[in-house]
Amino acid sequence: MDRLKLVLQYFQSNSESISNGICIILSLISVKLYTSFDFNCPCLPQYNKMYALGVMFVPPIILFLLGVLVNRHTGVLMEEWVRPLGKRTKNPAVVKFLLSSVFQRSLLAPMVWILMTLLDGKCFICAFSMNVDPKYFTGIPNSTGLELIKIMAKVPCKEDVIFKNSSFRKAVSRYVRCYSQAIGWSILLFFIFLGAVGRVLKPCFNHATFLQTRYWSNYLDIEQKLFDETCVLHARDFARKCVVQFFENMREDVTVRMPLSSALRLSTIHNEYEEEEEEHLHGITRQDQVDHLLQTWYECKPELDVTRMAYKPKVCITWEDINGKAMFSEV
Amino acid sequence: MDKFRIMVQFLQANQESFMNGICGIMALASAQMYSSFEFTCPCLPDYNYAYGIGILIVPPIWFFLLGYVLNNNISVLTEEWKRPVGKRRKDPAVLRYMFSSMTQRALIAPVVWVAVTLMDGKSFLCAFSATADLSEFLNESYPILSKKELVKFQARIPCEDVFDGHEIISIDAATRYIRCFSQACGWSFLMVITIVAFLIRAIRPCFTQAAFLKTKYWSHYIDTERKLFDETCKEHAKGFAKVCIQQYFESVSGEIVPQSQLPTKKGKGKKDDDDGEKQKSDEEKLLGIRKEEDMNKVLWNWHLCKPALMLTKRPEDMNGHAHLDTLSLSKECNHHTPVKTTAVAYYSKV
Repeated sequence: MDRLKLVLQYFQSNSESISNGICIILSLISVKLYTSFDFNCPCLPQYNKMYALGVMFVPPIILFLLGVLVNRHTGVLMEEWVRPLGKRTKNPAVVKFLLSSVFQRSLLAPMVWILMTLLDGKCFICAFSMNVDPKYFTGIPNSTGLELIKIMAKVPCKEDVIFKNSSFRKAVSRYVRCYSQAIGWSILLFFIFLGAVGRVLKPCFNHATFLQTRYWSNYLDIEQKLFDETCVLHARDFARKCVVQFFENMREDVTVRMPLSSALRLSTIHNEYEEEEEEHLHGITRQDQVDHLLQTWYECKPELDVTRMAYKPKVCITWEDINGKAMFSEV
Repeated sequence: MDKFRIMVQFLQANQESFMNGICGIMALASAQMYSSFEFTCPCLPDYNYAYGIGILIVPPIWFFLLGYVLNNNISVLTEEWKRPVGKRRKDPAVLRYMFSSMTQRALIAPVVWVAVTLMDGKSFLCAFSATADLSEFLNESYPILSKKELVKFQARIPCEDVFDGHEIISIDAATRYIRCFSQACGWSFLMVITIVAFLIRAIRPCFTQAAFLKTKYWSHYIDTERKLFDETCKEHAKGFAKVCIQQYFESVSGEIVPQSQLPTKKGKGKKDDDDGEKQKSDEEKLLGIRKEEDMNKVLWNWHLCKPALMLTKRPEDMNGHAHLDTLSLSKECNHHTPVKTTAVAYYSKV
């Protein structure tokens, strides 16, 4: 149980690691989806390109949108962007930072899909086999009477009967696949290079501003989480008190038979639990108070100043001797 | 406080992740069911379409309903919908929110089934092979068949073991064509669903965010309240049973353990302490409800007349309603709890 708590604490404390984890999971899903998808080139001149380019670009769009949906920061970003000004000024740099982090994470799974299609080569062969000039390859089956373009369109389909006993199909496939893999590796190299340069050169520009925007975007994330958590705790205590009150109100209509129940209630043994309950309610005990609180949270976010709370006067008991010198003080 | 934080986080994460886990399990179950299901196209012109489209549409409806059945919140929703107004007014926005979140979760398994079916292509092949325009795959040198014969002939395309017209039509090309069409439909379907989900979830904060916070809070509150009510009833039943049994034993033995001595038992050693505390907590668990009719009234009124969402001040107010026989006891209790006066000084840290 303790280990579980530790693990949970670790994950909950670091929302970045959760986002990274989700990002990686989506990439793995993308790989699994590609390997389990049965690529079925139509081998017809009018549909080949459409099908292949569709398979290469539509799933990445779906994966990108899913990545944005699943990311927690999207909610934080949208809320911060559309909220009324209230007592807190808006910082557009924070919104931009959040947006860029969401986009960067969401772009990983689509890139994985595109790279996999390029390195595998099936999409390229399906799309561009018709563009290959057949005169560079020997063994073209011209005994079937079909047009040239129809023959070239059939190259991606291994089982087709016209390519029996012919190495033409394999040669053309190899050629197009080689192109496809070259493009795939170049794109991969380009993005890795871009990423490395970006990371190395980033501290050279506006590092102080970057530290500030990173802090405040992290703050917004944590604030929203804590607000939700406080609401959950509040709802729980509100519900508990409401239920107990309901039971007790039923009792009012009935003659009290055992007067001791009220006597017991007068007992000074307050367990810690009760005291903590009061703490969670924070004085909000009615439906309209809760509604007002939630409305104000959105419409007029409080200012970023906690001096009043941090420096609340505390009870301090001091024992002084006859001369007025403090002998013992307890805060 | 830290203990609470961890517990709440775990519970909240647990409840949401529990529901998401059920969603995920149903989606996997739907994919697994499809792969283990043996698709047998009838290969007859009159039944192909019905079978193919039936396999595409009927299991999703079944999964959708199952998603509702497995969701615990459906009973919470219907209870909240059907209850009389009582002292607490009803908020239709909360009902809508609960319904929409349940529907979103229930839709995942059907979407997975439809997507997997379309990507696989067998159902489309079965449904449309008879009526599709496959003229470009026909062998031109063969005499043209009549329309009825062509339909009957094309209907047998999905069944490779009974198909005998390999010289009339290129079955591979025709199958590939229909499957490609099916896969294109599948990807478009997924794209549409994802765009709709994206618009609903990512663009929603632009509209009615404050109202959304409210409905989210109150729907969670209703759920929590219901759970706590059940918990309180269970605790009450336990306490009720214990006290009932004890009373019965006492009535049989003729001895009555004087209840008023219980608070003084405190100082007499650890064991008595625990007993004293347990007894007290049983009494407290009863919350003053000690008769069958009272408990029935509690349970009856919980549905018919839900209490207002307003917490009154605690014990001091209640004692104002106490009956005469408690006055002497309250005096007695005052002796047990002498009022302490302390002088305190407030020091500010600033």
